[in-house]
Amino acid sequence: MSKPKMWTTRVREATLEKYEPTDILPDTQPAYVASWIYVFGVATIACFVMLVATGLWLSFEGPAWWHTSSVGHYANSLHLWSVELFFVFMVVHLWGKFWMAAWRGKRTSTWVTGVIAFMASIITGFTGYLIQGNFDSQWIATQAKDGFNAMGIGAYFNPLNTGQAMLIHVALMPLVLGGIVVWHVILVRKRGVVPPIEAGADE
Amino acid sequence: MTRALSKHDPAKKWSGPTRPYDLIKEFVIALVVVAILAGGLAAVFSSPDDPALTLKSWSTADPADFVQTSVGELAGTTTSAGYGAPYNTAAEGQVLGPLKLQKWAGVRIPINPAKDFVISPLLILPDAAVKQAVNEWNVATADAQTKWATAYADALAKSPKSTSLDDAAGAYGPVPTITTALLNMAQTGALDGALTTSDTPLPTNFTKPMLFIADSGTYFPDLASAQHLSGDQWGVMNETGSWPGQSWLWLFSFFYQVEPFKSSENADTQVMSLLGLLTLLLMFLPLIPLLRRIPYRIPIHRLIWRDWYRRKKA
Repeated sequence: MSKPKMWTTRVREATLEKYEPTDILPDTQPAYVASWIYVFGVATIACFVMLVATGLWLSFEGPAWWHTSSVGHYANSLHLWSVELFFVFMVVHLWGKFWMAAWRGKRTSTWVTGVIAFMASIITGFTGYLIQGNFDSQWIATQAKDGFNAMGIGAYFNPLNTGQAMLIHVALMPLVLGGIVVWHVILVRKRGVVPPIEAGADE
Repeated sequence: MTRALSKHDPAKKWSGPTRPYDLIKEFVIALVVVAILAGGLAAVFSSPDDPALTLKSWSTADPADFVQTSVGELAGTTTSAGYGAPYNTAAEGQVLGPLKLQKWAGVRIPINPAKDFVISPLLILPDAAVKQAVNEWNVATADAQTKWATAYADALAKSPKSTSLDDAAGAYGPVPTITTALLNMAQTGALDGALTTSDTPLPTNFTKPMLFIADSGTYFPDLASAQHLSGDQWGVMNETGSWPGQSWLWLFSFFYQVEPFKSSENADTQVMSLLGLLTLLLMFLPLIPLLRRIPYRIPIHRLIWRDWYRRKKA
């Protein structure tokens, strides 16, 4: 009777030993990976990095800073335009993957994690709009509360509670979204980039 | 090579032709391009920052609307007073068929608008006449309170610019004294402090002042409408001024523009539920027979992989 495997052994076997270094950071791709559509996934991640960087800048200076300082206002503008670009690139990436039927070849979980990342991004963007500390955030909060309250969610997530929205936006959602994105990218690396649709070999 | 092109199983590791691809270089270039793009857009277009409303700014800019709303809180006729869960039990709230979703979590953020927005803040004022008026209100029956506040609300409705009316017939009880004191308090800014620090001295929760402001009959909604933020103006996805807002919420906003949701009393529950369903459809699209075939029927992939198909044909 063999000895039970240590947890550490199991984790190592389930993660590190499953991948070759060239699986994680390959320097070649299949010849069909030759389209501008492939740029939008990495561009979305680049925007996420910009959002974390500008978000940290805003966090260190405090929530009132950008209302009173021209440098702070520029930092806020950088954060805003990074999120606009983030969503544009993410939506183009999503549509590209849809038309490529990129879920083929046991890649359903890659598609599902992508959609979860999209939803997490919407929650992150929404909580960001709630904590602007201006007229727009007040109006959004008073209107959104009706939607959340109607579903019974408002009893736990109250858009009028700025402190709650700020903690969710700054402390929770970047970790959640970052984790999902890492998971999504690992799945892409694991399965490889989906090949072109070929009659008879796709189902 | 032709065999690999036409017979490859997409679940298997690719063994066909490859090309050099520098992922790290691609990411760094993307980061630089995004930084330049965002930096340029931020420099040229900046970002909106219309000042936040306060009870002070509202009561100063439109004192009559402030007083009418305050009287409405006492009469129990405002949105907050008749809201239901999670603030109170005044209404059933929205439902989805037999599901009373709004009620299921109960009253977890208790709000009594008359007490929380109007009466309690006045207790910090030293004025003897105000203390007497508040005391008269507190010891009165609920029927008497409603009768006074409703009579005063009706009188103010006939004189919409007024912030205070004489009570020659004695029909308004202490209500004019109470609302005039509240107006004065709000105009000094003291009411903002009183409502945001009623639970904790560190204000991070603006539920009370924002519910009060949201009860405004004209001032708050008119400002929002002027900024194309109302629900019927696709306000869910708009931003103040001409800046792009949360354009990714376009579908959410769209449903509020069309029937049957537009005129439904349960529009929020219906739209939120429908969006939840559509999200699940998107998430599990690879498993849905008809939907997953769309990319095969509309061959946009031929454009994406045009080089590949050209070589295959050759």
